[in-house]
Amino acid sequence: MSGNHQLLTDTLAAAKAEGRAALIAYLPAGFPTVDGGIEAIEAVFDGGADVVEVGLPHSDPVLDGPVIQTADDIALRGGVKIADVMRTVREAHRATGKPVLVMTYWNPIDRYGVERFTAELAEAGGAGCILPDLPVQESALWREHAEKHGLATVFVVAPSSKDERLAEITAVGSGFVYAASLMGVTGTRESVGAQAEELVRRTRGTGSGLPVCVGLGVSNATQAAEVAGFADGVIVGSAFVKRMLDAPDHASGIAAVRELAGLLAKGVRGRA
Amino acid sequence: MSSDFFFPDPAGQVPSAEGYFGAFGGKFIPEALVAAVDEVAVEYDKAKHDPEFARELNDLLVNYTGRPSSLTEVPRFAAEAGGARIFLKREDLNHTGSHKINNVLGQALLTRRMGKTRVIAETGAGQHGVATATACALFGLDCTIYMGEIDTQRQALNVARMRMLGAEVVAVKSGSRTLKDAINEAFRDWVANVDHTHYLFGTVAGPHPFPAMVRDFHRVIGVEARRQLLERAGRLPDAAVACVGGGSNAIGLFHAFIPDEGVRLIGCEPAGHGIETGEHAATLTAGEPGILHGSRSYVLQDEEGQITEPYSISAGLDYPGIGPEHSYLKDSGRGEYRAVTDDAAMQALRLLSRTEGIIPAIESAHALAGALEVGRELGEDGLIVVNLSGRGDKDMDTAARYFGLYDTDAEVAADQADTAEIEGDAK
Repeated sequence: MSGNHQLLTDTLAAAKAEGRAALIAYLPAGFPTVDGGIEAIEAVFDGGADVVEVGLPHSDPVLDGPVIQTADDIALRGGVKIADVMRTVREAHRATGKPVLVMTYWNPIDRYGVERFTAELAEAGGAGCILPDLPVQESALWREHAEKHGLATVFVVAPSSKDERLAEITAVGSGFVYAASLMGVTGTRESVGAQAEELVRRTRGTGSGLPVCVGLGVSNATQAAEVAGFADGVIVGSAFVKRMLDAPDHASGIAAVRELAGLLAKGVRGRA
Repeated sequence: MSSDFFFPDPAGQVPSAEGYFGAFGGKFIPEALVAAVDEVAVEYDKAKHDPEFARELNDLLVNYTGRPSSLTEVPRFAAEAGGARIFLKREDLNHTGSHKINNVLGQALLTRRMGKTRVIAETGAGQHGVATATACALFGLDCTIYMGEIDTQRQALNVARMRMLGAEVVAVKSGSRTLKDAINEAFRDWVANVDHTHYLFGTVAGPHPFPAMVRDFHRVIGVEARRQLLERAGRLPDAAVACVGGGSNAIGLFHAFIPDEGVRLIGCEPAGHGIETGEHAATLTAGEPGILHGSRSYVLQDEEGQITEPYSISAGLDYPGIGPEHSYLKDSGRGEYRAVTDDAAMQALRLLSRTEGIIPAIESAHALAGALEVGRELGEDGLIVVNLSGRGDKDMDTAARYFGLYDTDAEVAADQADTAEIEGDAK
């Protein structure tokens, strides 16, 4: 069974055709529970997200700030397994028909087995993977299996990436390019760095034609509108997780992420 | 005495251009760090071939660190090791009290060459943190040290030393609150501040070029020891023994002996409460290949690639990873790795103190315990060199609690009950 790479591509193209940026949300699997996490993802889709990235919680999330670290801890203490991540992808996709990606550090896949992981993710209806600590030079094995199973490989680019690296990355990446808006870990910021627009411009300059979506630091509709002014997609993670963490109970957490998705969905339609 | 104390690996067979030692090493880093890590590689390569860099580093190693370090024969200690001759390479006598200063001075010079003004580092026992804070004071660099909260408690003396030297010490409260988590936090800082900050990594792990570069700065240990042994004992040793956490002091001792096939290279990993208890940090004994902190190497992890929490009485060895070159030496059979429990290390610490008047760091005591075993295996014709990587001042509180050396302290009395089985022969 082939993965949903094409669905991801089509979804981003459809947003572009509507003259707007896509809204991409991130939530970790197993947070606060596996079923609660699935419910949160469905709420975020319901609120207006176009794509969801499901985080695979890791013991050592070196690229994440305190908010996602806390969520990962909760998920891992709850005993979340890769099978639960696959179930989250399957149920979220089945319920909504929307593209669902996995975002994970490389070691869990390395340990689990690349073929096993890609086959299971495709079977679950996944669209692809974002692998923030797997540099393009180490990615050949992954890409071979991802392509075989119809999964996109989304690489991250950073403001520090030189033009020749952007060219190498966009030449082999697929789905979209994840442009980190600033130099730093995940977490909400007061403002999105001015570096983001320049990075999007340089990434498009490689001529790959891949959509360029911007993440890190975006937390509200105003920022989403600003980023939507120059990017193909707006990625929001910590702000959703924070709403869940801050909620007095699960039901209000679900309502809060649905509401935030709605506000952000308006943001990406109201380009600054 | 040679005038030269900087010995980048002359063979150059490993690592490969991509940073691989056989199947281990590489660069598993986020894109945001690629440019900075590449810059370190380029600048180090330039420095390695620059006589001015070697001259500056040599000057520091002689006149600041106090190289060459002594080689001390310890016959009263060796009497407990089946009569084998044992020599200690005295890295504990270096300025700041451990081998760590060798690497720190090299990278501090590199920091200056790269025009960076701020240094960050991780530390477990505090020895790398103290050495880094020292070099930053010397070079006028801003310094932030990340240290697991548990380690700030068990190595409080070193926290005070770092602060005295002007460094900011950040107690890391995430994860197991030990060395691994300090490294995670340092990486997070580096990603955010990479334009003006150098991550002065303290061991032979991490992404390429750190494993090779840090090794090169420590190669002096083995080069000196080899020369000193040939002079003093008239032959090469049967075994070179060192403790292994991340593996920097061990690779420093081993590397010059790699071509000497008759010299066994023996690394002593922390077995904590015993491998069978699961409470240990014996990565090569009980780990599986994986990726941690930027390179592929053996890692303590579960079947789904989550890193498991390590344990050792020694903060400096309490780490679930290991430098990739050690994984390569293990798999190629050139290196041998064995596990030493907390108790065996503490017994060796006390034995060296009482027989030779040298109080070793608990880290180094793991190597001493290993040397006692190896000595008994070799018999009285054996000749062993042990890297005494650090001195034990920082560990006196842990040792005093372990052996019950305080006169009055209710908390200590309670601790003594926990160690009752070794209490009897401790006194």
